[in-house]
Amino acid sequence: MTQAHIEVRDLTMAYGSTLIQRDLDFTIGRGDIFIIMGGSGCGKSTLMKHMIGLLTPARGEILFNGEAMWECDFAYRQSMVKKFGITYQSGALISSMTLAENIALPLETYTDLTPSDIRDVIALKLALVGLAEFGEYYPSEISGGMRKRAALARAIALDPEVLFFDEPSAGLDPVSARLLDDLILQLRDSLGATVVMVTHELASIFAIGTNSVFLDPETKTMIAQGDPNQLLADCNDPKVQMFLRRGELLEEA
Amino acid sequence: MQELNISRLPDDTGWELALTGKWLLQRGDTRVAELLNDLKTKVAAGERLTFVDAGIEEWNSALVVLIEKVQGYADEHELKVDISSLPTGVRQLRALAASHPKRKDMSRRDEAKPPFVERVGLATLAWWKSTRVSMAFIGELLFAVGRMLSGKTKLRWRDVYLCMEDAGPSAFPIVALISVLIGMILAFVGAVQLQQFGASIFVASLVALGMAREMGAMMTAIIMAGRTGASYAAQLGSMQVNEEIDALETMGLKPMEFLVLPRFIALLIMLPLLTIFSTVLGIAGGSLVALLMLDITITQYVEQMTSTVPLHHFVIGFVKSLLFALVIAVAGCMNGITCGRSATAVGQATTRAVVMAIVFIIVVDAVVTIITTVLGI
Repeated sequence: MTQAHIEVRDLTMAYGSTLIQRDLDFTIGRGDIFIIMGGSGCGKSTLMKHMIGLLTPARGEILFNGEAMWECDFAYRQSMVKKFGITYQSGALISSMTLAENIALPLETYTDLTPSDIRDVIALKLALVGLAEFGEYYPSEISGGMRKRAALARAIALDPEVLFFDEPSAGLDPVSARLLDDLILQLRDSLGATVVMVTHELASIFAIGTNSVFLDPETKTMIAQGDPNQLLADCNDPKVQMFLRRGELLEEA
Repeated sequence: MQELNISRLPDDTGWELALTGKWLLQRGDTRVAELLNDLKTKVAAGERLTFVDAGIEEWNSALVVLIEKVQGYADEHELKVDISSLPTGVRQLRALAASHPKRKDMSRRDEAKPPFVERVGLATLAWWKSTRVSMAFIGELLFAVGRMLSGKTKLRWRDVYLCMEDAGPSAFPIVALISVLIGMILAFVGAVQLQQFGASIFVASLVALGMAREMGAMMTAIIMAGRTGASYAAQLGSMQVNEEIDALETMGLKPMEFLVLPRFIALLIMLPLLTIFSTVLGIAGGSLVALLMLDITITQYVEQMTSTVPLHHFVIGFVKSLLFALVIAVAGCMNGITCGRSATAVGQATTRAVVMAIVFIIVVDAVVTIITTVLGI
């Protein structure tokens, strides 16, 4: 059993009086590639936003390295969040800045590095994602796949403990999606980071996922948890099977 | 504390770089410059540099950056670098950074700034291109208006009403406040001078003439350029970024008729109405000053105004407001429709729309003033 890195305990999420998900309870181990999956609109991205401290739980708690995120004060929570690297679905790079400037942003804000050292770190991060020559480009001048990799370079700028991805493969061709999966895997292995990923891409889920949770939009709670490949083999829940088999049970029915 | 010690290898084949302590980015000292200086003074070409983990407690990218810099120096000075005894993660990261094919032709680091003459040429071409875009937009708009008047275009009146509400009633409070204050300012400025000649009553003429011919239309137009013109550019610009305009075109709907025409008509109706309100409220603001400061009664004020400011001054203000509406709608919609595909481009389009509208409002006002002065009206 790996050491717990993030623990979600009895979490209920709501927007005002609208319940999104309730009674979520799971553990993400250190070094896991944890997949949050479920049908459209079930609250996957909302769960991720709760985990990175953007939204407040209606009930329950999220523990990071054993410390409750919502019991501590704002400043301490910010220091926790600094250990997270986040890439959003669209990349969310600042469009008025070059890729190098985007990566420099967290380095200038949170470290005492000299401008020369920052340039060296930027060069390394861009090289890690295969964009060594594109530091002077603006996000609008590069392709969607490159934007995702640039966003990943920004996310790993501070060598985070946990990397969060919201739909990393969305909009990418299969080859680019596969290359991105490989990159995530290599970064996890070399940085020793934990990865939390919201995705629908079955190929990615089975290729790199080591643990997962399945959110159900109808019952508004989690209905399965575990290694995705194991869930495919063992889980008896028809909704989970339908999802993991890309609706094949529908055809059989 | 991080430490790096350089010493000769026992077999005298090169140098050992022994690393200890915490090699973390946040510490603000990657020791790169110090190490490179040491290498310059101690290491000869062809020698071997061996990194040794002599007690690394923690590491992150700071260590990889150090190795990359040493590797860069080694490549230039024909040295061999051995990192085989460093932690696996470090070696994996280095391998990953080196695994992607280099595309030197894509780099912009060495791109030189073009010479002055070339830059002037490029700027002129860009100006000519934007002028052509403006002309094409105005031409298309005129065609769209023509098609609408001839009944060939089915205008979505629901959109027009929504745009009218946004450009009219929603803008009324700010226009009202500014107009009353402008009327009061005109009255104050006039009162100070006219009181010296015992001609305080002419404050009514000054305020009415100023509001009717110039300030009513111009102030309303400037407020609307900053409010509604900017909003048009931002709305249409965001639609361009979200590919909504492409979607309309592929559905066979002309953005000019679907998006621009309702906004254009709404502003053409609402700006003159707001100008009338503005003129009336400005005159009312002036009357407050006259009443409270100059002991002029409302009856005297109105009589003085009607006897010295004929109706054609109000008509000139009204005509100006129609022209200003045209300027604001064209500047807002044109910059929105021709916006680029990024958040920055939307900001730039909005700025351009406001600046363009205000500049052309002043230009149009000057032209109309010159024409009416020459014609003696």
